[in-house]
Amino acid sequence: MCDQTFLVNVFGSCDKCFKQRALRPVFKKSQQLNYCSICAEIMATDGLHESETLAALRSEAEGLKGKLEEERAKLHDVELHQVAERVEALGQFVMKTRRTLKGHGNKVLCMDWCRDKRRIVSSSQDGKVIVWDSFTTNKEHAVTMPCTWVMACAYAPSGCAIACGGLDNKCSVYPLTFDKNENMAAKKRSVAMHTNYLSACSFTNSDMQILTASGDGTCALWDVESGQLLQSFHGHGADVLCLDLAPSETGNTFVSGGCDKKAMVWDMRSGQCVQAFETHESDINSVRYYPSGDAFASGSDDATCRLYDLRADREVAIYSKESIIFGASSVDFSLSGRLLFAGYNDYTINVWDVLKGARASILFGHENRVSTLRVSPDGTAFCSGSWDHTLRVWA
Amino acid sequence: MSSGPSVSALQRLVEQLKLEASVERIKVSQAAAELQQYCIQNACKDALLVGVPAGSNPFREPRSCTLL
Repeated sequence: MCDQTFLVNVFGSCDKCFKQRALRPVFKKSQQLNYCSICAEIMATDGLHESETLAALRSEAEGLKGKLEEERAKLHDVELHQVAERVEALGQFVMKTRRTLKGHGNKVLCMDWCRDKRRIVSSSQDGKVIVWDSFTTNKEHAVTMPCTWVMACAYAPSGCAIACGGLDNKCSVYPLTFDKNENMAAKKRSVAMHTNYLSACSFTNSDMQILTASGDGTCALWDVESGQLLQSFHGHGADVLCLDLAPSETGNTFVSGGCDKKAMVWDMRSGQCVQAFETHESDINSVRYYPSGDAFASGSDDATCRLYDLRADREVAIYSKESIIFGASSVDFSLSGRLLFAGYNDYTINVWDVLKGARASILFGHENRVSTLRVSPDGTAFCSGSWDHTLRVWA
Repeated sequence: MSSGPSVSALQRLVEQLKLEASVERIKVSQAAAELQQYCIQNACKDALLVGVPAGSNPFREPRSCTLL
């Protein structure tokens, strides 16, 4: 005996288009509606559409990625070190620790130079932020943050304020005052608010705007006076660990590096990512523009530093050695861009010949990981901060 | 329904890739030459590279000791 289903034709107003048609029962989220045959067809194919669209988009994305690689490869006609074969080799280096700044009670996490080429601000795991005179090694200011792990600090271009932040998810600005009666902490102003730790911060060309990077995967541009968010930058797939602003002559862009192994170049006005590079094999801890602004270097947990040229739109050099197996935490260029200083988790600082791709020198001195490294504004020295609680100025 | 990126996320990715693909590129040989040119032009000003005459680098000067 066979079961027969009888289709009862109900004639009436369609629940979707309201036209007078023969209706069919249709179940949407376990609610029964009556659709005309046309609307029922459309509903059935909608679900089909979405998965078709997803598949189509996925293959379009893969196709575009492949095309991007092809375009980049077409212009890869020579290696940087081949072009640099005729350049004079570097001489012997005499670089020593000239000053040791002691005073932090725990790991030094970040430091920045003042434009006066003399003062340095540094921040530490113990929550302290100290401003030093690097010539005399005297401490000029000290403030205790309400959180530990102050991972980011920056000096304002005017030299009149500093910004810092970390596990408090904020970036705060402290005006620097020499008045002994004033409590620095009292004048603190909270500027940036993220939903995860602050990993990096930098003033733009003025004291009025700050750029921040955060463990929440975004970068943001803030107005210092009002604390207002001016622009946010979304695109990283994981924590953003570092950022660097392009040298002023080259315009409004900055580069950021993150745990998603990507380095991304952003347009500050539009919030758009204009170029992205994904050749590192692990987290990118540090990014720094080449002095001309046409390229940038990155240091990563994959134990390599790499140079990316923005106009060729590709990686043009890798700085690595089989004997170097610890991650690079911090990189910076010398004034002419010929030298790349990189601090590593194996307590050393390697000096790389940017053009020839070879290591020029290795500097020992720190007794724990080098966590931060910056060349002074006039290029006469560079400062490194370490988990051994000290900062060293080398020249 | 489906795990992984949604339609809108993929659409954004496709738009972003199209933008990146449209960037104007120059040859590595030209880019490398210009990086090298910058280095050479500025080498004389680079204190860490060539060193400066004794006395003009404040960090290399011997510090005077003040007796308290």
